[in-house]
Amino acid sequence: MTDATLVKTPSQAREIWDQFRQHRGAMIGLGFLIFITLFVIVGPYLWDLDPTKSDIRNKNMRPFYIGMLFGEKWGWNHPLGSDNLGRDVLANLMYGGRISLAVGWTAMLLSLIIGTLVGVLAGYFKRLDGPLMRFTDLVLSLPLLPLLLVMMLLFRDALRAAFGPELGIFLLIVTGIGITSWMNTARIVRGDVLTIKEREYVLAARSIGAPSRRIITRHLLPNVLSPIMVSATLGLATAIITESALSFLGLGFPSDFPTWGKLLFDSVDRMESFPERVIWPGLAISLTVLAVNYIGDGLRDALDPRIRGR
Amino acid sequence: MFDAPTPLVRVRDLKMHFPIYSGLFRKRTGEVKAVDGVSFDVFEGETLGLVGESGCGKSTCGRAVLRLYDITEGEITIDGAEIGTKDQSDLRSMRPVMQMVFQDPQASLNPRMTVEAIIREPLDEHTTLSAAEKREKVLELMDAVGLNRAFAGRYPHAFSGGQRQRIGIARALALNPKFIVCDEPIAALDVSIQAQVVNLLEDLQEQFGLTYLFISHDLSMVRHIADRVAVMYLGKIVEIAPSDVLYTAPKHPYTQALLSAVPEPDPSADARGERIVLQGDVPSPSNPPKGCNFCTRCPKVMDICKEVEPASVELAPGHVTACHLYQN
Repeated sequence: MTDATLVKTPSQAREIWDQFRQHRGAMIGLGFLIFITLFVIVGPYLWDLDPTKSDIRNKNMRPFYIGMLFGEKWGWNHPLGSDNLGRDVLANLMYGGRISLAVGWTAMLLSLIIGTLVGVLAGYFKRLDGPLMRFTDLVLSLPLLPLLLVMMLLFRDALRAAFGPELGIFLLIVTGIGITSWMNTARIVRGDVLTIKEREYVLAARSIGAPSRRIITRHLLPNVLSPIMVSATLGLATAIITESALSFLGLGFPSDFPTWGKLLFDSVDRMESFPERVIWPGLAISLTVLAVNYIGDGLRDALDPRIRGR
Repeated sequence: MFDAPTPLVRVRDLKMHFPIYSGLFRKRTGEVKAVDGVSFDVFEGETLGLVGESGCGKSTCGRAVLRLYDITEGEITIDGAEIGTKDQSDLRSMRPVMQMVFQDPQASLNPRMTVEAIIREPLDEHTTLSAAEKREKVLELMDAVGLNRAFAGRYPHAFSGGQRQRIGIARALALNPKFIVCDEPIAALDVSIQAQVVNLLEDLQEQFGLTYLFISHDLSMVRHIADRVAVMYLGKIVEIAPSDVLYTAPKHPYTQALLSAVPEPDPSADARGERIVLQGDVPSPSNPPKGCNFCTRCPKVMDICKEVEPASVELAPGHVTACHLYQN
């Protein structure tokens, strides 16, 4: 009989982290995500220019690198240039990132929760399968943008009155995006649950007498984690982009409220003269999405004990 | 049975029919009679072997006895409690008494749980032990099934088939059950490991006073482990007898055919008689023949077999068969 202390194994969190570190893309992604998060949260305190204030005398400034190379109008008071109303691009990027990231994460989490819930219920309980999946098909067949526009028109004023203009719109956009983007997750999760619930270990859990809710949390959810993770990373991208589309249509945040998507759309018509105004917000969106994608990839590997330690 | 003690498990006329839905409106058009009127007893401390060819309903029978399915009809009494008609939620308190060892050790262990978590799961469900007590119990169980304690934190993929089956057995033992259904526990293992696992099951039976329903298609292994053997064909039990009697003097034509297919290791002893080769295929369980289920392939078929279903007859104490050859 060996002593129980002899069988100490490294803790699970430690093992997961060790495996995660092996994934170079995920580590770079994590680094970038931390950077961009600090950039939008701490950045405005270091660069405390009001993003909405127009400095009309210094409008249409170019970023420092273009100014230095081609001798165009630039200055250190607007290192990434200013737009046609003289608003600082760097400050706009920081404030816009706050909103975009907040909307992206919350809407993604919301759609993930709804999608997983619907998928698991439909896959596990045969009686719910028909109604829930037909409902999913129904939502999937609705044209999303018009639906969102109608939602905005109907509820905007009420929510504004209840929570104030910023929080009200934020809640509206997040819910709007969340409840219109869960369908793919639900379908994928349902399919996986259908196959996993027929595995013998689920039968074994039932023979032990485990109730359905614990079979779901202990056996089904951990095993459908990979597809959930993949749709989560894609969901973040969709949420940021949908938000910018809404802002572009004038039904998102108020016009003096910068988001990455809105910066992008505001600058599209003058893209040829001022490409940097499109490049920076575009880069911020795509790099964030890419980073989250890689993190999801690394996390999926790290959470799978069959890959871990190989 | 004359001097029989009360059986631990008593199954009477168990039926498990799976509905078939087809057509545009998913109408119920028939049913697969996987288990169709099975009766047997398992006495405390014994091993009842359940043999038969693939698809004859052995596994379904084992699962139905543990009420992993909602049975169509019949009575099941385990340890004095009638469980055939109970609700799944009411069965929860009965679960510790009856456990199951599964066929495929790879599929019956959750790949995302450590060995410790797998063996601890029944304890989590049914006991109020502290974490340290549970851990101690898990390690004791690992000792009992011959697993190194140091492996408690590993995942199932790191183990060989035989070791995985030991994990499955440890999980089944965790709640000190009285009755274990072994659903082809050795079918997925290679021969040397089969022997180890079977010996382990026998040792544990002795140690904990377990009762087994041992489902297998490996006739020689069943002869080794079982005290009594039941032979199934197409959802029905055709013959039950004590192991030695069944293997030396099988009565039912199907049992005779089945046993003649067992390979004989000694070539000189192989002259014991011709191999009975059955013609044709097993009929579909959704459309079993009228009369005796075996009448389509039986070498000794008579007219009555195609009309009347044979009743079970007790030929000798404990030796029951359902065949028209032995009626009256």
